[in-house]
Amino acid sequence: MSANAEPKIVAFCCHYCAFAAADLAGVLRLKYPPNVHIIRLPCTGKLDALYVLKAFEAGADGVIVAGCLEGSCHFISGNIRAKKRVLAIKKLLPKLGIEPERLEFFNLSSAQGDRFAQIAREMVERVRVLKGGGGKFS
Amino acid sequence: MIVADQKPIEEILQMLEPYRRVLFLGCQSCVAVCMAGGEKEVGLLASAVRLARKSQGRPIEITEGAVKRQCDDEFNEPWRETIEQQEAVLSLACGVGVNKLSERFDLPILPALNTKFFGEVERQGVWTEVCAGCGNCILHLTGGICPIARCAKNLLNGPCGGVRADGTCEVLQNGPRPCAWVLIYERLGKLNQRQNIENIFTAKDWSSDRHGGPRRRVREDMLL
Repeated sequence: MSANAEPKIVAFCCHYCAFAAADLAGVLRLKYPPNVHIIRLPCTGKLDALYVLKAFEAGADGVIVAGCLEGSCHFISGNIRAKKRVLAIKKLLPKLGIEPERLEFFNLSSAQGDRFAQIAREMVERVRVLKGGGGKFS
Repeated sequence: MIVADQKPIEEILQMLEPYRRVLFLGCQSCVAVCMAGGEKEVGLLASAVRLARKSQGRPIEITEGAVKRQCDDEFNEPWRETIEQQEAVLSLACGVGVNKLSERFDLPILPALNTKFFGEVERQGVWTEVCAGCGNCILHLTGGICPIARCAKNLLNGPCGGVRADGTCEVLQNGPRPCAWVLIYERLGKLNQRQNIENIFTAKDWSSDRHGGPRRRVREDMLL
């Protein structure tokens, strides 16, 4: 794929919040870019740094990790742990030639279908304006 | 266990610069437990290096693997053919593993880790040096707390004047740490062995430590 192609975004979504929110966005007929590919996790605490790196290796232009609101994790602290991991990966990315803005952690609840659609649009736009935009890693 | 730290990614990328086909070989013993060079870390590092090299426009072919104990030829032997097909091997073992592979194979073996110390797991994600491997153990006299490893000055008759009012050491290389001799004093009290503190240790014979040159252990009865 050539540079500045339509960005591909991988979203690692917690089953109890972001995944349900994405579902709700669909039920509410909210529009969000079709470039967001959702991978359901039982909790963002399941997120491994390797998942994120593999997503970039496989050609993703941006990665979203979306977990529950702080204090609402079904497994108490999975989202807090995931956030720490995401921050660590964001520090590593520039050393690999990848802008850290291509990875972001978001908190939302299962009732926030509109917020999910907004996050999806925000990430697609954010990646689009970066050097290389979409298709940088393909 | 042997505790090690992964080298900065910049340094690893620099070491790998001349090579295009490399085996990343981890070790499933100590360095896997201290989350520095096990199978998991091999996967992460390989992924990171592939991404970095791709963004530089100089892709690299990486084979990933890990052996049970890289310090033992027996476990490395199944990897012989794979190793011989590489331009270099990036070893994620401690320095012992790197030495062992270098003795056996005629290609560059690069260290991905900085080997640090013998340590215990203090808590998840934290490892602490508690044994210095000096070759002449006195733990039975010090309540199981080693002043050689845990005192910054290796004092045998401590504490020194650098112990602070809260019982921590004046040496702050890794943040405040308890004075080994305060720990020993308290521990001996619990064991009803506080009289041990009155023993004056004579000057230590350091020849059993590295000061006697590289060490070697031979068990005649086990030789084949």
